[in-house]
Amino acid sequence: MGLLSDPSRRKVLTGLLTRLNTPICIVCYLAGIVWFMGLAFEPFTLRTYMSENAMGSTMVSSGERALSLAKEFDAHKRQAYDGMPVEWLVKAMQSRGLEVFTQSFSRKLPFPDENKERYMVRGTNVYGILRAPRAPRTEALVISAPCSPGDSNNQAVGLLLALAQYFRNQVYWAKDIIFLVNEHDLMGTQAWLEAYHHTNITGMEYSPLQGRAGSIQAALSLELSSDVITSLDLILEGLNGQLPNLDLANLFYAFCQKLGVLCTIQGKLQRNDWDTAEGYTHAAQTMMLMVLKQACGRSWGDHGLFLRYHIEAASVRGINSFRHYKTDAATIGRLLEGMVRKLNNLLERLHQSYFFYLLPSLSRFVSIGCYMLAFGLLVVILLLRALDLWVHLGAPALAAVEGVTEAQQPSGPGVLTVLTPVVISHLTGVALYLLPVHLQEMAVEHFPVSETEAVVLTAVAIYTAGLALPHNTQRLLSGEGTEQGWKVLKLTALLYLAVLLGCTALINFSLGFILAVTLVPITASMTPHMPKALSALVMVLLSPAFTVLYCVFIYQELIEAPVSVSEGWMLFLSVISQGILDHALYGSLVYPLLALFIYPCWLMFWNILFWS
Amino acid sequence: MLILSSLLLFILLAAARDEFQEELVIRPLHSGDIYASFQFRTLWDTDFLQEGQKVSHYRLFPKSLGQVLSKFSVRELHISFTQGFWRTMQWGQPFIPSPPGAELWVWFHDTVSDVDGNWKELTNVLSGIFCASLNFIDLTNTVQPSASFKPLGLGNATDHRFLRYATLPREIVCTENLTPWKKLLPCGSKAGLAVLMKSEKLFHSSFHSQAVHIRPICQDEQCSSKAWELRQTLNVVFDLHTSGQGKKEWSLFKMFSRTLTEACPLASSSKVYVDITDNPELFELSPATPLLGQAVVLGDRRTYSVYDLIMPTSSMVLSPCALGDMLRPLLHAERYVAGFGLQTGEIHTVIYNNHPYRAFPVLLMDSVPWYLQLYIHTLTVTSKSRDNKPSYIHYQPAKDRHRPHLLEMLIQLPPHSMTEVTVQFERALLKWTEYTPDPNHGFYVGSSVVSALVPSMVAMRTNFTQDQPLFSSFVPVKEESSYFVRVYTEPLLVNLPTPDFSMPYNVICLTCTVVAVGYGSFYNLLTRTFQVDEPSPPLSKRLANLIRRMRGVPLLT
Repeated sequence: MGLLSDPSRRKVLTGLLTRLNTPICIVCYLAGIVWFMGLAFEPFTLRTYMSENAMGSTMVSSGERALSLAKEFDAHKRQAYDGMPVEWLVKAMQSRGLEVFTQSFSRKLPFPDENKERYMVRGTNVYGILRAPRAPRTEALVISAPCSPGDSNNQAVGLLLALAQYFRNQVYWAKDIIFLVNEHDLMGTQAWLEAYHHTNITGMEYSPLQGRAGSIQAALSLELSSDVITSLDLILEGLNGQLPNLDLANLFYAFCQKLGVLCTIQGKLQRNDWDTAEGYTHAAQTMMLMVLKQACGRSWGDHGLFLRYHIEAASVRGINSFRHYKTDAATIGRLLEGMVRKLNNLLERLHQSYFFYLLPSLSRFVSIGCYMLAFGLLVVILLLRALDLWVHLGAPALAAVEGVTEAQQPSGPGVLTVLTPVVISHLTGVALYLLPVHLQEMAVEHFPVSETEAVVLTAVAIYTAGLALPHNTQRLLSGEGTEQGWKVLKLTALLYLAVLLGCTALINFSLGFILAVTLVPITASMTPHMPKALSALVMVLLSPAFTVLYCVFIYQELIEAPVSVSEGWMLFLSVISQGILDHALYGSLVYPLLALFIYPCWLMFWNILFWS
Repeated sequence: MLILSSLLLFILLAAARDEFQEELVIRPLHSGDIYASFQFRTLWDTDFLQEGQKVSHYRLFPKSLGQVLSKFSVRELHISFTQGFWRTMQWGQPFIPSPPGAELWVWFHDTVSDVDGNWKELTNVLSGIFCASLNFIDLTNTVQPSASFKPLGLGNATDHRFLRYATLPREIVCTENLTPWKKLLPCGSKAGLAVLMKSEKLFHSSFHSQAVHIRPICQDEQCSSKAWELRQTLNVVFDLHTSGQGKKEWSLFKMFSRTLTEACPLASSSKVYVDITDNPELFELSPATPLLGQAVVLGDRRTYSVYDLIMPTSSMVLSPCALGDMLRPLLHAERYVAGFGLQTGEIHTVIYNNHPYRAFPVLLMDSVPWYLQLYIHTLTVTSKSRDNKPSYIHYQPAKDRHRPHLLEMLIQLPPHSMTEVTVQFERALLKWTEYTPDPNHGFYVGSSVVSALVPSMVAMRTNFTQDQPLFSSFVPVKEESSYFVRVYTEPLLVNLPTPDFSMPYNVICLTCTVVAVGYGSFYNLLTRTFQVDEPSPPLSKRLANLIRRMRGVPLLT
């Protein structure tokens, strides 16, 4: 700090920083990207290990009744016209010695969900509680299986009932076990969780729960869609990019290794050839998929909604990909039993291992200490530019004090000059957040579109209309925009963006990083003196909406289902509608973040470009 | 000679004045489980509390407890150790209810001056006798309920200054608590019903509860003389599902891996009751007994097959049971924590009155540890979605680290209704030494207690007789039309904000460094003003200037 308290050396330092600002920024940006890509390189990652001592080894065995139960369930589901065979489930659970309860819920979506074809949703959850002997009902574990239309998840319900029957006859349970079959996938889970914790964050209507089992310690969600499973996929990404404790992933991996089950993450197997280019690409792809999934902030399985309630949860999805290697339901039953028994042994909630991590493969992880540096390198650019501007803003003022003949320098840009664009940008953001859903009826009346299309297209229209703002802003202002005016505005915008991205990355690293990668270059270099047409094009191409579009394409590329441009556009539109729905139904925060903060911030830079 | 004979006489008299009864009730429950309830009663008409007279000759009454009673001037003592939660919805009401963990409540004699001191010592002594962690009872978890816990024995003391009540919901009950409990019996576990108590089987059950109740009662109907009653109870629920491999039949041997052969030689009565009320035609008891008894228990007339062990028969019982849905007990309560996050929360207590047409009042007692800071202004009581104003509220706020919250309310439950009591709380930040060794497990809040006089379907017997079965005579019945029920809710497990204890070193180093270096120097930079100093001229110049000044010539610069 002696460096900074000495004025002359301070001057040298700031001089250095302003002179070398651009090269330093470029180096930082490249270093950030390279660091991030390097995270997937195996020698740089850590091997996962079980932190929790309480999960010692246990021996397990399970029955083969799962398949016949699945068939029976399927038959009853057909009788109930693809709905939930509630009575049969209640009887089936009761006959296995569980305390059975049902919960009905209903929800009117803000606009029809075209992906899942639902609007007015009405459903029933059935859950049975296996009371642990001599336990005081203070702790519980949840095993859930969504009851989805068609015959896509019957095996999971069958397995669930078989597990219930097996578990009921065991004596070692220390925590109550709740077997939950939820209708309408995430909405059922949401209704059940909200009722269990007696909260209402999303305006769902549900009947109160009759039976409870204390505080839930962990949850597993099952998704199996065929009798024969070739591999099991572990899904961790939850609502708003929350992840369960890494020990849960370790537990799954340990049991897969023990029972010889193929296990994947992001649908990708692990490779051992990390030193080849293919091996590295594979790991990088797996990690990128995780980053993209986490960034979009939605729950990728039923488990994702549990995380809000501090319940460690993961989804296990059975995949039948026509490999030679086959696993039957009994093995999966053993795997689940093993996991549940170990969770049952827990004395404390899972807390020993990491909560913030990226997984390039199931056996390797990158901890928050490593990946945050990549983000830090990007954000420091914003701060460097802000410092540069601050110095530049300060220099003429200094000159004026020294008495150089400057006839009445306007005493700094008025607060109004800066405040007006900020307020107007944010009002546009508020419009983008509120209007699409509220104006759908009007839009449907006047245009030949469905409600969903109306919502999405309104959002796109407002977004585009926001681009016309700079001219309107200028008209509102009395005088000409001064040189100092845009500098102050840019300084504000840079600091604002740095704070925004910093906060976002603390909660959801992936989202923060992706936004930083696209927003930092344009925001750092934007001035009104650049060629207007070209820079406007670049700015639009790197705007938040286009970032989402690129993510859609990259994601499709990574899951090996590339799409054409028109398909990609349709996907992009559905992603927007899903984002708005996720916000309304489950409280996902990505859409409000983009609409209320990131987009207005981008608009401020757009304003600077058209500063006259 | 005279002395000797009078001593003999005294011993004989003393022997005549105490008696011991034992009793086992077996009730096949609605859910298909088997409920076995043991009761042992020792009556002794001596007075522990008499001034100047020391009781030193013990026959049936355990000396260890007798000494405790007289030393601490205890008027009434109730202690229970329970592992598991009584499932009212499936099993109905138990004969003697108890909350999970340990519960202790004591009425001291009104001559005691330092009640808190006596209480502290008493808990430590009992902790040794029962081999339990009762020594963890201190002022932070002791309350003095004003209405919920009235003395069950003689005398109607109402000054709750002499009452202390505490629960330890975390207490784990196992064989080390059972053995000292068994030792208090006159026959130990050598003879009588107690031979059935094999810990390996007792702790292989769904529910286990053992208790000791000591109180003064009337010796006879006229209440001309007072006697001390020691009642030891042990309640077990066996799960036929896990042990019976699907078969719905049971026998004493299957449950306890022992059979009954003889009564305790010291017992004046020793009986086994089998409840056959629910479906007498389905039961198949072997050996059959001609003796049938009836008793009115908890507002219900039950029929029992009675086996008297004094007139020996070999007892081996078999029966099929029916499987059933949930029960609808007249009074039922449950409790849970609502909300998420680690800052605030809400405690919900739900009380059900399933009586079709009678409303009745209940007393709700909640004792909440100080680290959940209750917002008492958020207290709401709603029945049938309407505000239900309690007619009596006794609230004692907590003092941090000294005393828990105590909330007692008298609430009128409308017929066939669900009443919900909610109160919000904030989770306190503990000092780092106050956390338990497993802080992420959560912190326990003891069960809340609902006490009520529930309207009875059949007339209760108010008269007092000696030959009444023990299980029906524990709580004194004051009126014919209602009976006393106490319902405990489940304890709560609440997570408090917990620091990451695994890396205190990192945390301490990082925060200290950041605060000291970062903050200090930035504060310094921000508050100091900087000026450029002219460097001082070299010595030769200063000398030259000195000379010039003396000469009056312009100075060098």
